[in-house]
Amino acid sequence: MPRMLKLAIAALMLALPASAHAFCGFYVAQAGARLFNNASRVVLARNDNATVVTMEANYQGAPSQFAMVVPIPTVLRRDQIRVVEPGLIDRIDNYSAPRLVEYNDPDPCARIMEERDMAAPSASMDMVVTGKSRRANALGVRIEARYQVGEYDILILSARQSGGLVTWLTQNGYTMPPGAAPVVGSYLRQNMKFFVAKVNLRRRAAAGASETLRPLQLTYNSRKFMLPIRLGTVNANGPQEMFVFALTPNGRVETTNYRTVKLPSDQDIPAYTKGVFPSFYKAAFTRAVRREGPAVFLEYAWDAGSCDPCSSEPPSQQEMRQLGVNWLGEGSVFFTRLHLRYTRQTFPEDLVLQETSDSSNFQARYVMHHPFKGEIDCKEGQAYRNMVVERWDREARNLAQLTGWPLQRIKADMRRNGDRPSVSVKSEQGWLASAWEWVGGLWRA
Amino acid sequence: MPIIAPDRAIDPRVFQILSLSCLFAISLIWYDFALNPLALPLALAGAWGVQLLAARIRHEAFDWRSPAITALSIAILLRADQPLWFLLCAAMGIASKFLVRWRGKQVFNPSNVAIVAMLLAGAPVWISPGQWGQESWVAGLLIVFAALVLGRSGRFDIALAFLASHTVMLLGRALYLGDPLTIPAHQLQTVSVLVFSAFMITDPRATPDSRAMRIMFAAGTAMLALYLQIRFQLVGAPIYALAMLSPLVPLLDRLAPAQRFQWRKADAAHA
Repeated sequence: MPRMLKLAIAALMLALPASAHAFCGFYVAQAGARLFNNASRVVLARNDNATVVTMEANYQGAPSQFAMVVPIPTVLRRDQIRVVEPGLIDRIDNYSAPRLVEYNDPDPCARIMEERDMAAPSASMDMVVTGKSRRANALGVRIEARYQVGEYDILILSARQSGGLVTWLTQNGYTMPPGAAPVVGSYLRQNMKFFVAKVNLRRRAAAGASETLRPLQLTYNSRKFMLPIRLGTVNANGPQEMFVFALTPNGRVETTNYRTVKLPSDQDIPAYTKGVFPSFYKAAFTRAVRREGPAVFLEYAWDAGSCDPCSSEPPSQQEMRQLGVNWLGEGSVFFTRLHLRYTRQTFPEDLVLQETSDSSNFQARYVMHHPFKGEIDCKEGQAYRNMVVERWDREARNLAQLTGWPLQRIKADMRRNGDRPSVSVKSEQGWLASAWEWVGGLWRA
Repeated sequence: MPIIAPDRAIDPRVFQILSLSCLFAISLIWYDFALNPLALPLALAGAWGVQLLAARIRHEAFDWRSPAITALSIAILLRADQPLWFLLCAAMGIASKFLVRWRGKQVFNPSNVAIVAMLLAGAPVWISPGQWGQESWVAGLLIVFAALVLGRSGRFDIALAFLASHTVMLLGRALYLGDPLTIPAHQLQTVSVLVFSAFMITDPRATPDSRAMRIMFAAGTAMLALYLQIRFQLVGAPIYALAMLSPLVPLLDRLAPAQRFQWRKADAAHA
């Protein structure tokens, strides 16, 4: 964005009284990828045709059982494969995760806003993510290359037909789910190769490796800008989650064969959600998926060098370089966070991606307010109290719409937390809007 | 005597303008968060501005309908961070209508060539084929619009020929790759393909005059689009394919001369 435009917008935001408080809020909670079961995380750095893919192992079982099979567009050289430190993906996950911010209302009788103590950020919930181990064998393939990278033994394979490849993989310790053969065949016919990785236990023990397996990073040049997801859906029990973190020079990354939807954001929600933010977010995402159908959700799109509010530090230059950003200093870096929940039915095709020139900012952000607790003894006091009750009602309605939780229960929870919303449990969505949602639900069913 | 649109009181372009306006509104309200509402007024300004200029220079009456269609198409298909690109794109499109002609007939579909030119020139613009998703209600609405518009202009043939060829190509590719039919089904439900078929490739002033050639032209566009997509991973390949094949239209007209299309009786005098 040209600088004049940025300055103009900044000036405008300062001029609006509500927004002036926006920069005084602070981050209190976040919902990272670890909340979700069967979630894989991928970082894509792309500049023209140069692509760097960092894939998280996302695996909780025994290292001896670990096996990764990924279709890739070309054969890779040894220097195009690396392992990266495990915390790297965690850090950018935390930096871009949907966040809850908290504001304290100023004294309605005072003219100047008082500084409040910063609440300590609560840790993101660490859920155990169960991975599936894959043992696979196959026969009659060509081993294009064989490397040892860190604790992994890596092979680049190609084959003339999928049956042979699947058999060979199965016989060599990579379990391919039944039904994988046609998918593998499709990739082979598109002239793609297969990157397969196993853990070499001896080297891993010798290196004194940490608990988690380190993410693998592949670098290649290809016109294809895509994310293969089909193999993951072949034998999946239920939907899988995927988080894509994209780093590009010009702007936001989106899918060209699926719709991209922004998560509902910047909504006021009741203060008690702070304690249940993770389950709130899961419910909100599930509801969004149900409402929008097969779509990729945008959770964060921002210049990678800054953030506002910052849920954690933005990635440093060194971290970005480690993730594959090789154009530092020659331009900006834009960060996109996409989240999708997919099954074979809803997402039959691999994701085809493109970089746009859209550099507008977005973050999935939910807002909670604390009413002023001190003495209110001025004439503005009554108006303020009415505003607070209205806001409580609005927060309750927003939460009901976002999550589908019953309004009555929400208001009961709010009252337990000390808020006092009105007793009405009408959702006030209007019969037209409710009818429309109902029709939409039928249509999709 | 030149072929004229069926003699109705309402110019079929008015229906196209209404349909496209509806699509734009749907985009704005429901779907596309990257769409700037200024896109349409700026595109209209660019299109009408150049059309007005050309009308003055050529001493012709000012036709507001065709430039409006160009502007709407650009506003629906193109995306840009800075809305002024829409103005430039629409202006370029209308300019090409007057500057790039062969034997008095425009060579390119104005919105099509302008979008392709900007994409190839590396302007900070893009197209989002996924923006509409696979929503069946939008698809249904589109079919209704297409029926209204194409029925009146008699250009159903090219839309159907393109869709049929496109379907055959995708099914063929799925069979070759061994993909399940859910994949071509998903690809065919993409609403943006329908938008292209119904409104972009059907421009009667930039496509062959004879029906047989139109069908061949549509099939050729579908084939070239698939090739461009597979070989070059081009996003929005049909749009490029149409622009690349448009210069062949004069040749096809030469091979199979037929009556040139006119929107209205009054324009027939100029033919």
